[in-house]
Amino acid sequence: MAPSLSELQQQLLGTFLEESYEGLDNLESGLLGLESSEDGSVAINDIFRAAHSLKGGAATFGFAGLTELAHEMETVLDDVRAGKRVVTPALSSLLLQGVDGLRALLADVRQGLPADATAFAALISQLRAVSKQPKHTDAPVTSKSTVAATRAAPGTWHIKLKAAASILSSGNEPLRLFRELGSLGQLQVSCDATDVPPLSTLEPETCYLSWAMTVSGNITRGQIEDVFAWVADECQLDISSSATTKESDPSAASAAPVRVESGARNAEEPLESIRVSVGKVDQLMNMVGELVITQSMLGELEDDGPIDRARLARIREGLSLLARNTRSLQDSVMRLRSIPVSIVFARFPRLVRDTSQSLNKKVDLRLTGQTTEVDKTVLEKLSDPLVHLVRNSLDHGVEGPQERLAAGKPESGTIELRAYHRGGDIVVEVEDDGRGLSRERILDKARRVGLVADDADLDDNAVYDLIFAPGFSTAESVTDLSGRGVGMDVVRKNIRTLGGDVSVTTKPGKGTKVCLRVPLTLAIIDGQLVRLGDYHYVVPLLSIVESIQVDPKFVMRVDGRIPAYRLRDEVVRMVDLAKVLAIPVAKNEASDRLMVVVESDGEKIGLLVDELLAQQQVVVKSLETNFDHVDGVSGATVLGDGGIAFILDIVVLGRLSRRRSALGLVAA
Amino acid sequence: MARIMTIDDSVSMRKLVAATLAAAGHEVVEASNGSEGLSLAKQGLVQLFISDINMPVMDGLAFVKSLRTIAAYKFTPVLMLTTEMDPDKKKVAKEAGATGWLVKPFDPDQLLATIRKVLD
Repeated sequence: MAPSLSELQQQLLGTFLEESYEGLDNLESGLLGLESSEDGSVAINDIFRAAHSLKGGAATFGFAGLTELAHEMETVLDDVRAGKRVVTPALSSLLLQGVDGLRALLADVRQGLPADATAFAALISQLRAVSKQPKHTDAPVTSKSTVAATRAAPGTWHIKLKAAASILSSGNEPLRLFRELGSLGQLQVSCDATDVPPLSTLEPETCYLSWAMTVSGNITRGQIEDVFAWVADECQLDISSSATTKESDPSAASAAPVRVESGARNAEEPLESIRVSVGKVDQLMNMVGELVITQSMLGELEDDGPIDRARLARIREGLSLLARNTRSLQDSVMRLRSIPVSIVFARFPRLVRDTSQSLNKKVDLRLTGQTTEVDKTVLEKLSDPLVHLVRNSLDHGVEGPQERLAAGKPESGTIELRAYHRGGDIVVEVEDDGRGLSRERILDKARRVGLVADDADLDDNAVYDLIFAPGFSTAESVTDLSGRGVGMDVVRKNIRTLGGDVSVTTKPGKGTKVCLRVPLTLAIIDGQLVRLGDYHYVVPLLSIVESIQVDPKFVMRVDGRIPAYRLRDEVVRMVDLAKVLAIPVAKNEASDRLMVVVESDGEKIGLLVDELLAQQQVVVKSLETNFDHVDGVSGATVLGDGGIAFILDIVVLGRLSRRRSALGLVAA
Repeated sequence: MARIMTIDDSVSMRKLVAATLAAAGHEVVEASNGSEGLSLAKQGLVQLFISDINMPVMDGLAFVKSLRTIAAYKFTPVLMLTTEMDPDKKKVAKEAGATGWLVKPFDPDQLLATIRKVLD
């Protein structure tokens, strides 16, 4: 027998939600596209289909609220598709509100709440008003009790059917109709073959017959009409009754079986899922295949013979293969979790449209690098900071049309979201061509709130960096958009918990660029293990340029105080890690120590360490979740011997030491 | 038991139909649009098609029209899955060559009963 719908529903709910969200995204971007382009004929079909599919799915899954709202949207969109209605900005806004409503209802469904459309009653009636011919309110879910509403009574029905000549070619077989009719009661059929032509002119695929049937039993007219429903349009059908069958009064409808809403949907969370291309899965299969081969190769060496040289060599070979395979497998699995940033970028056209309208600004949004892939968790956490940055750009960065024209810029401002890979990181930039940051205003504000001393002499980067300081906000008045207490410090904090960092560059009058740099995955990094006194630290391998033995000849001081190292034709600032991290070390002389040259914020710095140990992959554990945030440390890891090592955050370390230099804290 | 193809771009809807049919012992072939359905139909004989109307690439109507041009499928039942009770839409579907329709939402028993009717 058929499995119960609710069981199936449960299994397919995740799929339904996923495709519905996707449909809504398409609906939204389609609507925005309609607004901006003149020729929307192609898009409107996709837009309509999105609403249509959502309605069908929602109805099948029994979400009446979703169905209702989607239905009204679909009705309006159907008119648009048929060319009976034009999408005005007002209508577009209304439909976009509908998209928001549907999203909210889907979110309810996801949380196992009843997706109740009453909250959107106003919206629904607005949509209904748009579609002018007010639809009757019965939701499709309840509309099918009409057939059973007529009460069955004993009687005899006479039916005449003259089939359309083409009935066979629609796959309808008259015999099937009789069989079905026969299942209702006693059936007698007589066939009229007078129209059948002589064999020479007979078309075998044409139907020339007509039939007269009588069927008796407790049968309603509706039941009979149902049998012929698929062919009624093209056939001549005459149904009459010889018995005293009374069509029942409307109140009988209450006796009709009531469809039970499947409210018993248990609150079980639908499983989260991600879409994975077949290519990625194939790759994974390949890797597993390789692994199996390696395993069997090692397995052959397992018998009890003595371990001689030859055998040892083969074991070594096997182990190195195993290491390589594990590595590849890990890469493949990581890639499974990767999804394109377009998923997050997709929300911005709408955000920019709505926000710029409410600010009376003209802004073009440009999205580049949409296919750049990043770990799903990382991407989810990037979303909010990005929204904040884009809002900042809209609110504070891009000027109003008048101001822009006066400054000799095009009337429309541009905000560009750009994503790309750099090493093991993903970089997302938010760049605008607005008024840029004001050094004076930032310094002024920072002095007032006591972030910097009045006489401190800071370079541009240090000044701009101040906007990330807690409690700093230059917005004079708190607007609806940004400056709601959630400042750039929160953005930086969020990005740092991902093991990344934020930086800002700006040109007064030209624009501002905020750059988010986040590792592609949070789970595993390649690291260089170093020793410092009795402690072990991990330096991310990706940031290491080279490691050298310090030669005293090349040690120097810039400005007479900042220790530096002449590395070929470059001068590299030396950072004594032991001092920055306050670790007691035996050797204080830089000369007999090692220097790991790393790149931090585009600048090379040399980290002084006692010893270089192994290079290995380390599993990153968050320090924040288990302890607290420590400047200069991005996380911790458990080593092969069970010991613990901190993972150094090179960018922050560079910045820390730069600040120390600037503040004159450099130890002699 | 029959070999039945379900054609729908909505994965959840398609799986719902497929799971219901499979539970009743039918062999199910899945296609995500009309053109995929056509090429699968040419690979192995299908006794019944259940197709959505609104689909990308090739919609249900175009699918039935093309299917009817294949000799083996001239008389094979094709049911359209639709949310519409709109008579115009039904007429268009019939003219394209569809056998009948199933109205969404449906429950599994209803679906199976309809299929039994057509396959007997």
